[in-house]
Amino acid sequence: MNDHIITVENLTKKFGELVAVNGINFEVAPGEIFGFLGPNGAGKTTTINILCTLIKPTSGKATVNGFDVVRQQSQVRHSIGLVFQDPSLDERLSGMQNLYFHALVYNVPAKIRQQRIEQVLRMMELWDKRHGVVRTYSGGMKRRLELARGLLHHPKVLFLDEPTLGLDPQTRNRLWEYILDLRESEGLTIFLTTHYMDEAEKADRIAIMDYGKIVALDTPERLKDIVSQDIVAVTTDDNDQAAQEIQQRYQIETRRDGNELVFEVAQGEKFLPAFIREFKTRILSVSLRHPSLDDVFLKLTGHEIREESAGDTFKAIARRHGYRTRR
Amino acid sequence: MMNNLRGAYTIWYRDMLRFWRDKMRLIGAVVLPLLFLFVFGSGMGSMMGALSPGVNFSQFIFPGIIGMTVLMTSFMSGVSVVWDREFGFLKEVLVAPISRASVAAGKTLGAATIAVIQGAIILCFAPLIDFSLAPATVALLLPSMFLLAVAMGSFGVLLATRIKTMEAFQAIMPMLTFPMIFLSGVFYPIEAGPVWMSVISKINPATYGTTIIRQVALRGVPGATFDLSLFGHTMSLWDNVGILAAFAAVMILLGMHSFSRQE
Repeated sequence: MNDHIITVENLTKKFGELVAVNGINFEVAPGEIFGFLGPNGAGKTTTINILCTLIKPTSGKATVNGFDVVRQQSQVRHSIGLVFQDPSLDERLSGMQNLYFHALVYNVPAKIRQQRIEQVLRMMELWDKRHGVVRTYSGGMKRRLELARGLLHHPKVLFLDEPTLGLDPQTRNRLWEYILDLRESEGLTIFLTTHYMDEAEKADRIAIMDYGKIVALDTPERLKDIVSQDIVAVTTDDNDQAAQEIQQRYQIETRRDGNELVFEVAQGEKFLPAFIREFKTRILSVSLRHPSLDDVFLKLTGHEIREESAGDTFKAIARRHGYRTRR
Repeated sequence: MMNNLRGAYTIWYRDMLRFWRDKMRLIGAVVLPLLFLFVFGSGMGSMMGALSPGVNFSQFIFPGIIGMTVLMTSFMSGVSVVWDREFGFLKEVLVAPISRASVAAGKTLGAATIAVIQGAIILCFAPLIDFSLAPATVALLLPSMFLLAVAMGSFGVLLATRIKTMEAFQAIMPMLTFPMIFLSGVFYPIEAGPVWMSVISKINPATYGTTIIRQVALRGVPGATFDLSLFGHTMSLWDNVGILAAFAAVMILLGMHSFSRQE
């Protein structure tokens, strides 16, 4: 046994020809917020489904709270709370009844059942609405109810699979306040997947996943050090000529992104004034960014992570069929 | 063991909660059988006269309609697992620390309980068609209804583990329910119909359920049992119970097995 609350060794899951998870390894310490970051179809949800015993791995080993996810399913299930990507409430019952059902199934002792239910409902500010039928709840309320339910049986690890997907920014922020409070007050380990970069930055450590593999695993700060330099994006009259000029003048490689020319420099704030003064090709616009996890992802994988859109759904499908869509 | 019982009880309890909340469903489920009984039954009955001494058409279809109510309700409730999958709730059940087999068992029992309650409601209309029911007959009818309900409920659960999409569900359901009802001797005595129909009816497990209910309900009327005959053998009440119980047992085991294996 070791001190880690989650251990994953050489975990692989194949669906027919498709390798959804490809020999990944990592460990999570108790009380940690551990984030899985990657585009749709990268294997994040598959990994969570294995860890919460919903599907069996093709090969490899994983433990949660010291229990094997294949051989000790029941113990693992008692140790974890879950908030799925898609809602999983009984919409025809009230919020209270949903929690009561959960308390029964997870064997929360009858004596403390009511008290626990009240506690989590108040924490999620749903106590006043407890008798309302879930069907009538807003998207944010449903998510909060699911979070309340995931906490009801005092799990050791809370899995959050894209917990704020489809929620408005205010609700997202509130939800994050709850999550951070919980870690503070309950010492809960939180395992989350997301494809929102700003959300991933709230984690203690992040594993970046792409095509079923973990391409990097570190704290957000250290990951950002991978892209140590600032990023300058310019648009000009003639991008080809500009690229050549940048190459000659500063010995820096540029990269095209749409109609922008992107390159990295140390100390961007000092670089820009001189750059604009000296540059011969006419500059139409210029912007300076400090590195974000987006840039880290791009640097590590060669392609961008994007929020879901029609184009990306297509890419995700193409990706599943093995066509790489690189720029 | 305790864990499994608790699991089955919880799933059953949820079905009861939902049933109680959905009183409209209760009314809806009773209206159709009553339409058949009073409108269809009276209309057809006035042309037909007695089917057997002391049994007019309404009185003949009355046990059949109870069987139909039980069959439809339990089958639909069993299959409702498909809706749970569609709306995501099934996931909450599947990751819960209770065995899958106990979930299937609880679902079957929930479906059966609801079906028996609805069958019993129809039973209350007996006096309106001059159907005399002794208390002892009622006491025998309830377990008969329950047996049919368990058989059809577990069949529904088994089916639900195999149907993965709503489209398939909507295509399959009417194709199964209506033939199962019309070919189970609800509206006519099976042995009086054409041979091809009676052959299909005897393959239909629901037939044995409606026959049991009719045999029990009409046990006070001599010579009016409308018995089935299988390979030249006249099926007694216990023969029918044996066949239906065997079918129910197989369905429960397959349902529990299939439920355990789904991902």
